[in-house]
Amino acid sequence: MNISMFLQMAAETFPDRIALVNPDGRHSYGDLYNSAQAAARLISDSGCEYVALLDTSSEAVAIALMGAALAGKPYVPLNYRLTDAELVGLAERITPAFAIVGEDHLARFPTAGGSKVYARRAFLDTLRADTELYENPDIDPSAVAVQLFTSGTTGKPKAAILRHEHLVSYILGSVEFMSAEEEEATLVTVPPYHIAGISAVMSSIYACRRIVQLPDFTPKDWLHLAHSEQVTNAFVVPTMLSRIIDDLKRDASLPKPAAMRAIAYGGGKMPVQVVQAALDIFPEVNFTNAYGLTETSSTIALLDPDDHRAAYSSDEPHVRKRLGSVGRPLPGVEMEIRDDDGRVCGPNEAGEVFVRGPQVSGEYLERNALLADGWFPTRDSGYMDEDGYLFLSGRADDVIVRGGENISPAEIEDVLLSHSDVLDVAVVAIPSVEWGETVGAAVVLSPGTSVEAGVLQAMVKNALRSSRVPEKVLFVDALPYNETGKLLRRIVKTYFA
Amino acid sequence: MTQIRPGLKLKSAVCTAEVMIIKALAGVELTCGGAALIDAKATAPAGVAADDSQMTGCEIGKRYVNGDQSLEVLCVKPGKGGLAANGAALTLKDAKKLPSSD
Repeated sequence: MNISMFLQMAAETFPDRIALVNPDGRHSYGDLYNSAQAAARLISDSGCEYVALLDTSSEAVAIALMGAALAGKPYVPLNYRLTDAELVGLAERITPAFAIVGEDHLARFPTAGGSKVYARRAFLDTLRADTELYENPDIDPSAVAVQLFTSGTTGKPKAAILRHEHLVSYILGSVEFMSAEEEEATLVTVPPYHIAGISAVMSSIYACRRIVQLPDFTPKDWLHLAHSEQVTNAFVVPTMLSRIIDDLKRDASLPKPAAMRAIAYGGGKMPVQVVQAALDIFPEVNFTNAYGLTETSSTIALLDPDDHRAAYSSDEPHVRKRLGSVGRPLPGVEMEIRDDDGRVCGPNEAGEVFVRGPQVSGEYLERNALLADGWFPTRDSGYMDEDGYLFLSGRADDVIVRGGENISPAEIEDVLLSHSDVLDVAVVAIPSVEWGETVGAAVVLSPGTSVEAGVLQAMVKNALRSSRVPEKVLFVDALPYNETGKLLRRIVKTYFA
Repeated sequence: MTQIRPGLKLKSAVCTAEVMIIKALAGVELTCGGAALIDAKATAPAGVAADDSQMTGCEIGKRYVNGDQSLEVLCVKPGKGGLAANGAALTLKDAKKLPSSD
C-alpha cells in the first residue's frame, strides 16, 4: 500500500495521456512515472532520509512526491515564504535531506547535516536522461509518506505525519480510478506545501484528470488559463473565489471559464455572500465545499452540488442555511461533536468536532494527538444539524470566554457581514479587566462608505444578545490572511493591543 | 497459502491480473481464475490451469470484497480471471460516487 501505485496504475493504463501541464510544457503519465522511478533511484543512492521540496508548483512536485514514495522516504514540502531563519530551523529537523530547490531559493537551503541540494531544472534533466527501470523495494504501509510542518499559531511548528495507509485510504475512499474523461482538466493553484496541494496531485492522477498548474495566483491568470486549457475542474480557497468574481464583474473583457463543470472550495471559512454570488455568476457549475485538515489527509466532509442547489433555491430557513455548512462526513469518516466534558452533543448543540477513520492520522512527530479509541480532536468548533450537516464556528482556541460565557466569533461575524457596506470582518477576544475577555471587531467597509460603530453594535444586540456586542469596533483597510486564505486572528488581536 | 497483509501485492497464476491487499483476513486462500494468487515478484509455476467457470475478469481500479467486507483487495492490473476467497467469488465493492473535492 503505497501512494506511488496511483501513478503506476495511471501510467500503465494511459501512458500517453497528458497528466500535467505547466508553463514549462506538457507531461504524460508515462513520462511522469519514468521520472518518478529515476528520482527514486537518485534518492536511494543519495543515502538521504528525507525528500524536501522548496519550490513553487511544477512537475517536480508530482515527481518528488511519487519518487519519495517509491524510495520509501518521507516527502517534506517546505513553505518558500518562510524567513531564512525559519527555513533553516525546519531544514535542521529533516537531515540528511535530498532537497529539490527552485532556482530562486537555491542559496537558502542549508547543506549542514549531510543534506544535498538539487536545483529543480538540473534535477529534472538528470531524470530524463535515466531510462532504466527502478526495482522498487517493498514499502511498509505504515511508513511515512508525507511530513508537513503546520503553520502553528504559537511556538515551534509541529511536524504532522501522514502514512501511506492514511493517504491510500483517503484516495480509494473518495476517488474512482480513471473516472475522468480525456478532455477533463483541473486547475491547481494551492501551493505544494499545503495538504490540498498534495491531495490535488494524488486525486487527479488517480482519476486520470489532467493537472493544470498555476504557480502564482492572480484572478486574471486563473481566468485566462481556465479558458486556454479548457479547464473543467478547479479547487480554490475562499479569497481566490471572491477575487475571481470581483474581477469578472469589473472587467467584461475577461474570458468566462466556459468549459468549467465543477469548482470545489475549502481551506478557510467561505462567506455565504460569496457562495451566493458564485452560484449567480456560474449557474452551470457544480460547487462542492470541502472541509479537511492536514492531520486527516485532507477532506473529511463535503457539501455536494445537490446540497448547494437545494439550499440556494429553498425557502426553508434551515435548508437555505446549509450554504454556510461544510456538509456531511465522507462515507469512511465517523464524526461527533463533543462538549467540554467529553459528552457527545445532540443535533444543533455546539462543541468540538471529533473524527475517526482510516484516513485520519492525527499524529505529529512530537506526539500522537489521537485518543486511545482512535478519535481525533480537531480543535475546530461547530455543530451538526438534525440531518448531519456540519456547521463550523471557528477554532476551539478562538472561542471568546467573556465572564465565563463561551462566545463564538462566527455568529457575530455573520451578523456584521449582513450589513450591505461591510466587506469583511474578524471578531476576536480582547483582554478585559472586568470580563477576562471581551469582544473586539475589526471591520472592512466597502470603498467610499462609512458606518457608525453604534449601528453595527445595535445590529448585534438585536440579532443576538448584549453579551455578544463588540466592545470595540475598529475600521481597517484589509484583514490579514495567509496565502491559502486562512484568516490570521493572532494578528487581528494585535490591532486591539 | 501466502499469509496476506495490507499492502501485499499478489498476481494471478493464470492471467495478467494483479491485486493489492487493502484489508487482510487470516487463513484465507485467495484465487484468481481458480488458481492461488502468487507473490507479485514470483514467476508463475508452469502447468497451472485456469478454471474456465471462474474466468469472470477483474477490472483495474475496482475494489473487491468478501461477503462481510472483512477482506478487501484492489485490482491494480486487469485480467481475465475472477477473484475468490476460499472458493467464494469476491464481489465489487459498492462505492458511493463523490464529487471531486481537491
